[in-house]
Amino acid sequence: MTKVVVVTSGKGGVGKTTTTASVGAALAQIGQKVVIVDFDVGLRNLDLMMGAERRVVYDLINVIQGVAKLPQALIRDKRIETLALLPASQTRDKDALTEDGVRRVIATLRQMFDWVICDSPAGIERGATLAMRFADAAIIVTNPEVSSVRDSDRIIGILDAKTVKAERGERVDKHLLITRYDQGRAARGEMLTIDDVLEILSTPLLGIVPESEEILRASNLGSPVTLNNPGSSAARAYFDAARRLMGEDIDMTIPTDKVGLFGKLFGRRAA
Amino acid sequence: MTTVVQPRQAARFVCRSYMAVVLVPEPPIMEWVAETAQRIKEAESFLAGTPVVLDLSAVTLSKLAIAQLIFELEQRGVRVLGLENVDPVSTGASLPPLLRSSRTASAIEAPAPRVPDERQGPATLLLDKPIRSGQSICFPDGDVTVLGSVGSGAELIAGGSIHIYGTLRGRALAGSNGNPHARIFCSKIEAELLAIDGYYLTADLMDKGLHKGPVQAWLDGNALKITALD
Repeated sequence: MTKVVVVTSGKGGVGKTTTTASVGAALAQIGQKVVIVDFDVGLRNLDLMMGAERRVVYDLINVIQGVAKLPQALIRDKRIETLALLPASQTRDKDALTEDGVRRVIATLRQMFDWVICDSPAGIERGATLAMRFADAAIIVTNPEVSSVRDSDRIIGILDAKTVKAERGERVDKHLLITRYDQGRAARGEMLTIDDVLEILSTPLLGIVPESEEILRASNLGSPVTLNNPGSSAARAYFDAARRLMGEDIDMTIPTDKVGLFGKLFGRRAA
Repeated sequence: MTTVVQPRQAARFVCRSYMAVVLVPEPPIMEWVAETAQRIKEAESFLAGTPVVLDLSAVTLSKLAIAQLIFELEQRGVRVLGLENVDPVSTGASLPPLLRSSRTASAIEAPAPRVPDERQGPATLLLDKPIRSGQSICFPDGDVTVLGSVGSGAELIAGGSIHIYGTLRGRALAGSNGNPHARIFCSKIEAELLAIDGYYLTADLMDKGLHKGPVQAWLDGNALKITALD
């Protein structure tokens, strides 16, 4: 059965789009049929992250307004056959999204894919609430710092109140993904620890993605980190998260990069 | 025992806002009165002791007619506190005061307060999920019990006492209907603000030694006190 997953956070810049691209690609690499949908109308980024910005013809708003058919707007990934992207419009704003239009698009995508992953814009306004509106599950992306955690708490409250599932009295499955985690800084008390975050948010943990320069490198190349460098710590964290999302039971670890003697002597390479 | 004392200042003027039920009469007016009376009868506790405001935007009534309407409502057990959306000419000293600049209460992103238990006795609202940042729970009819935590930026308002079995990181306002005997209990305090019957303490004024411990807060005369629970 198809699952519609919203990737959300409240706060901006915590890694929603990176997570959408990486988890989407990881699921597709495992063999699932995946579409990633950019809801950040007016500030689209997902196409850049996927290296598909030169192939955008039609977008989500065109489909909602009936200008284009859904298959015309979907961009098939060149590297993974089972991965597709539905880009957002850069020239409109979030008011162009309608609930009815989003419902129709999601319903059609459900019939075509195993996973529909919606990249929510930051904030709690129309774009964000429509991105989560029809979700079965949510990935809440949080950085281990207080403002991000409080915004995530707010978003979890909204997921429990404003989604179709919540209004029917059902529950949206919520998964917490902690990104940009730096073990050294957490140990020195400069960051909230994993336990602090879990205690505040009381939501099951989907994974911990360590702070990694591989993420920056990958997005500059227009390739999700799981494709660009599958062996890196961040990619392994995203693969684990994808498998947990599929229901596999995997021990919770924080992947690390092995730093060789040269690395130790000369520090890390610049991204 | 550690206490924090906040003395009351002499003679002060305080602005407070209250929740009131607004009734909007519609023509034909006598039929509306009868229907309203019937509905109040069906739900006895509803409106009991609650301030009522009449919004007269849907009808045009003379001063005499307004006085008659208020009389008819009082006969049926509804006491009118104020009037809204009416020509100032039609009001006067004999009528309730004209209210302005009201705000409609915003919808609460939370499970609706459940209907109080049928039995007589103090009503309790039991919340079995964490209260998230930005949620505001208002239960003027009695106590509120929260099994989870109350997030930073969340707000809990109760007519009676407040019991929190998780961590209180947001605000808790007990005794909001003017009940000085209400108390606040929580198993871990990191609160932003505590208040009982209008007397409040912000996090800065709370004893640092109690931080993250189990506490209760109560009103001792005019002072809000916090002590460890163990």
